[in-house]
Amino acid sequence: MTMQPASTEITSRTAAIIHELKGLEGPLLPILHGIQEEFGHVPKDALPVIAEALNISRAEVHGVVSFYHDYRSHPAGRHVLKLCQAESCQSMGSDAIAAKLQQLLGIGLHETTRDGSVTLEPVYCLGLCACSPAAMLDGQVIGRLDDEKLDEIVAEVRS
Amino acid sequence: MIPRIYIPGDSGALALGAEKVAKAIASELAERGIEAKIVRNGSRGAYFLEPMVEVATANGRIAYGPVKPSDVKSLFDGGFLTGGHHKRWLGAPDKIPFLAKQTRLTFARCGITDPLSLESYKKHGGLNGLTNALGLTPAAIVAQVTESGLRGRGGAGFPTGIKWKTVLDTAGDRKYIVCNADEGDSGTFADRMIMEGDPFVLIEGMTIAGIATGATKGFVYVRSEYPHAVAAMNKAVEIARKAGVLGASVLGSPYAFDMEIRVGAGAYVCGEETALLDSLEGKRGMVRAKPPLPAHKGLFGKPTVINNVISLASVPVIMDKGAAFYKDFGMGRSRGTIPIQIAGNVKYAGLFEAAFGMTLGEIVDEIGGGTSTGRPVKAVQVGGPLGAYFPRALFDTPFDYEAFAAKDGLIGHAGIVVFDDTADMLKQARFAMEFCAIESCGKCTPCRIGSTRGVETIDKLAAGIEPEKNLALVTDLCNTMKFGSLCALGGFTPYPVMSSITHFPDDFKPAPVRVAAE
Repeated sequence: MTMQPASTEITSRTAAIIHELKGLEGPLLPILHGIQEEFGHVPKDALPVIAEALNISRAEVHGVVSFYHDYRSHPAGRHVLKLCQAESCQSMGSDAIAAKLQQLLGIGLHETTRDGSVTLEPVYCLGLCACSPAAMLDGQVIGRLDDEKLDEIVAEVRS
Repeated sequence: MIPRIYIPGDSGALALGAEKVAKAIASELAERGIEAKIVRNGSRGAYFLEPMVEVATANGRIAYGPVKPSDVKSLFDGGFLTGGHHKRWLGAPDKIPFLAKQTRLTFARCGITDPLSLESYKKHGGLNGLTNALGLTPAAIVAQVTESGLRGRGGAGFPTGIKWKTVLDTAGDRKYIVCNADEGDSGTFADRMIMEGDPFVLIEGMTIAGIATGATKGFVYVRSEYPHAVAAMNKAVEIARKAGVLGASVLGSPYAFDMEIRVGAGAYVCGEETALLDSLEGKRGMVRAKPPLPAHKGLFGKPTVINNVISLASVPVIMDKGAAFYKDFGMGRSRGTIPIQIAGNVKYAGLFEAAFGMTLGEIVDEIGGGTSTGRPVKAVQVGGPLGAYFPRALFDTPFDYEAFAAKDGLIGHAGIVVFDDTADMLKQARFAMEFCAIESCGKCTPCRIGSTRGVETIDKLAAGIEPEKNLALVTDLCNTMKFGSLCALGGFTPYPVMSSITHFPDDFKPAPVRVAAE
């Protein structure tokens, strides 16, 4: 497992991100995106730093972080696999794909494998509805998922 | 002349292996010592042919598809750089029936030009609309957009010109143009395609909106699930700024307009315009009560135009060719063209831009070619997760805002998801409620609580517990959600639920009967 950065380090790296983005109109979401990109999640220790810099309450920052599906409170696995579960993919058997993948990886949706290799998440539409069922592995788009492609995905996340 | 090879960089094409094909072509070129220019164009939208590779020949473009990396060597052997024959040969792309039957106004350049070349954009008619707009008064621009009959392509269908007029007539020290690119509806990908395949058309449309209403700043709010679109828009804005399309003096005029690309954070409800504005301001994406309208008090309390990507991207062609030209297409009060996105279990999936008025049956059976599994079509969901499921019996419904409303449906953002006869409509109805529960912003009770109670009640139906009583309860609940919710999320979730119950009653019969029937 990777070590969690110490809280003073989180504070200083967070402050640097805030400094860079604070001038934007409505800077909170860009700041949170920046923090998640930096740490892989939004560490609790970053919240008071943001609150102070933007002159809003910690509760408000927490409220925003917890509202959006994208922001993580804990680091994800080394790979993140987003599997589309919306209607277009449903019409092409995404339920069966999800079941098979969960079996192959030994985890459920929203879970990370014990070795930290992969986090499996549902997503509601990737805009790849003309090539359903679709997924996104670490930002790479994959369409027309079938058994062969699932095996390739599993091999890649395990390597 | 150096040969030109077009390999789409569109997400949909990438999802089908376009990157591997591009690499294989590049290495084959190197190996054979051939000098050629590879252009990463957008997609033309015929996804059943993607990755579709095109080459520019003396007789125009020749397309090949769907190309696999293993085809590349034989393509070169067959002389594909001069249009030579091959099993993947498709001929001139504009003669491919799926593309030839379309009326491409908004998507005129998508898949044809280099998305990040302003030169290529101009060569294909880009910036003509903006240039014309600069010669008119703001009121005259607004009048032309109103006259064109353009209505909000995000789903609500509100006349774009009326929205603009309200902002123009509202005093404000600062005004905004906000582009809603939070395209969360399953079955839709038109916004993504245009942002990846022709980003300058959106920039041009937003700039015209700015000049027409007195706004000087624009925001595009793109969903985080679209990283390629975000990257393309950011690059295009940078290029437009350097070329003087954006900035303190738009194309040398006294007008200033600049814009920023913002990324969402995975909340479907932020596609609702007021929730989107709150999100842009850095808040939870909670729906606002209206009034005040965003046109009066929008982003940061300032007068704001908020339009969908396709609405804004349709403005340049209107300003280029005139309101009358655009208005000439369509039927009834639905004027112009609509990019229909044919998706799900369908043979010929893709984007089909056409004038309003085709019937649902024509779209699904003739253009879409029926299901990809070859089984009969059972239902089509039109308009995303909040749209109704239509049975074959309603296939004569013309694609038109009012005609769909008359059949208790909506065209929404014009996505069509096809299901074959294996679909279980009770499951689909349950999913609609579940999705609403996951994505509800929580502000109003019918949506927040109603969706969860809806899932529970449909589960009881599935288990055969007091079916008649529970069916009546779901119907009553849908009525409460429809009329008591603050926005379309809670208000429209009843569409997929009630249409499933109304058109597919057999799927809601108690479990023993359903099992016996299967």
